[in-house]
Amino acid sequence: MADTKRSMSVSTRASEAPALTESSAGLLRELVAHLRQNRTQLREEWARRITRAELLTAMTEEEIFAEATAVYDNYVEALETGTFEALQAYSRRLSERIIPRGVETDEVVGIVLLLRDVLARSLFNKYQDNVEKLNRILDSYEPAANRIANTVAVGFVEERERIIRQQQEAIRELSTPVLQVRERLLILPIIGVIDPQRARQLTEQLLRAIRANRAKVVVIDVTGVAAMDSGVANHLVQTVEASRLLGATVIVTGLSPEIAQTLVTIGVDLSEMATVGDLQGGIEEAERLLADRAAPTATPVREIAPESQR
Amino acid sequence: MGEELRLPIAADVDVVEARQQGRALAAVAGFSSGEQTVIAAAISEIARNILMYAKKGEIILGLVQNGDRQGVSVVAIDQGPGIPDIDRAMQYGYSTSHGVGAGLPGAKRLMDEFEVDSVVGRGTTITMKKWRRSI
Amino acid sequence: MEVPILRQGQYLIASIQSALTDADLSHLREALIAQVGRSRCRGVIVDVTALDVMDSFAVRTLRDIAHMARLRGAETVIVGIQPDVAFAMVQLGLTLKGVATVLDLEEGLAFLDSRTKATLDTKPKRGRG
Repeated sequence: MADTKRSMSVSTRASEAPALTESSAGLLRELVAHLRQNRTQLREEWARRITRAELLTAMTEEEIFAEATAVYDNYVEALETGTFEALQAYSRRLSERIIPRGVETDEVVGIVLLLRDVLARSLFNKYQDNVEKLNRILDSYEPAANRIANTVAVGFVEERERIIRQQQEAIRELSTPVLQVRERLLILPIIGVIDPQRARQLTEQLLRAIRANRAKVVVIDVTGVAAMDSGVANHLVQTVEASRLLGATVIVTGLSPEIAQTLVTIGVDLSEMATVGDLQGGIEEAERLLADRAAPTATPVREIAPESQR
Repeated sequence: MGEELRLPIAADVDVVEARQQGRALAAVAGFSSGEQTVIAAAISEIARNILMYAKKGEIILGLVQNGDRQGVSVVAIDQGPGIPDIDRAMQYGYSTSHGVGAGLPGAKRLMDEFEVDSVVGRGTTITMKKWRRSI
Repeated sequence: MEVPILRQGQYLIASIQSALTDADLSHLREALIAQVGRSRCRGVIVDVTALDVMDSFAVRTLRDIAHMARLRGAETVIVGIQPDVAFAMVQLGLTLKGVATVLDLEEGLAFLDSRTKATLDTKPKRGRG
């Protein structure tokens, strides 16, 4: 009864490693003690091997040694406790620090495998006279070491993907600036491929800019748009309509003959859309619209006397 | 996950409550404020649909997951007269009551998934979902 | 939740303060139309800044207000539609076609001033009041 309980609790802690028997848990303890005892020497050896293998070249030797120390300690702790959360958290933070410096996935995998190798060699040295014990030690070491390598590598790759997504998002925002050319006039030059998601972002961005800048006229220039399917075209119509709801008139410029033809063929309702051939003409038209409206805007808000509703 | 919010719909204040709860849930699920508004508008339409045709019913809000995609689900259930001609009811601009005919087809446009299950004389269940964009 | 209707010069201003039920919206429509007739005002402003969603019923009510007010001699302008609300509206297919919409109250007043001035200029003067 007591035995089952203990082995269960061990196996839930190291869920993917094979359930540890009493003796292999003892071996693991012995292993951990060995790694603690030789900490200074082993992590120096590891850092040396990293430099020699020309990994982490973006970092200085001091930095490599500092990170190696931290990874080493986390590594030993994971071996000892069978829990990987601390290591996982550390490898995420580590990735956050080193990804912007250009460290690649193969380097991270490389250093973790090196550590595995350094530790395995030191085990060979210690137990070379007792092959049977060496084998048993390695049997309990390897699954844990594999899992540790896996944790660090996956943490790195996940962090890298997250950063890439963030950068894509930032590039997308940058690639569609809403420009204020003069008071109450915005220009939105759209360049490149428009997918539904980008179209939605563009519209949200434009509508917020209309409100923030109190724009009355918006020129959307699509000269840089190569093709437009019905989904994107309908989205453009929606953008025009939503802008009007905020009190802004939209002028679309730069519709290529091909796109114009597509729009007519697929039957997009363009009746509400003001179009002008090129951006320059569009801005001139916008200036005219603004001049027409310039006069009445200066009305002061007078005091409002409440009146009962009924 | 697995949490559900059941909201009775029997008066027009319940429509307001349902869409406000829906917006709050969409915010929890990480939808942008624009998408929250879209979800709230869709809930408003189908909740009003219950009120107009069945007088009372229920809206069930929940979070859903598909792989690593998160979303919200909205289920509208009533034991009303049912919809005799679903295809016609889903046509934009068609309305048997005094609406503008944007109700159901409008809600469908706003959501990613939209399913109507209706039996005349028994009632109607509308299930709709919206998924968060990958970024 | 009753919507306060204020009078300012020739205009009525209905300023929505919070989410409205369908019944609230219908009351607003009736109250506004009654007051347009009584006060012989020239313009109506409905401020919807506080609405965080507008569905088909709300949009239809606003459209009805504009049409009915016009029949009674007043121009209507809707002010303060939020960007997210506007985008959701057009996705729903609700574009408020034929109804004037501007950014905010200040713009609404300017719009009505220019409108009433324009009609006074084009129509032969009749010496109102």
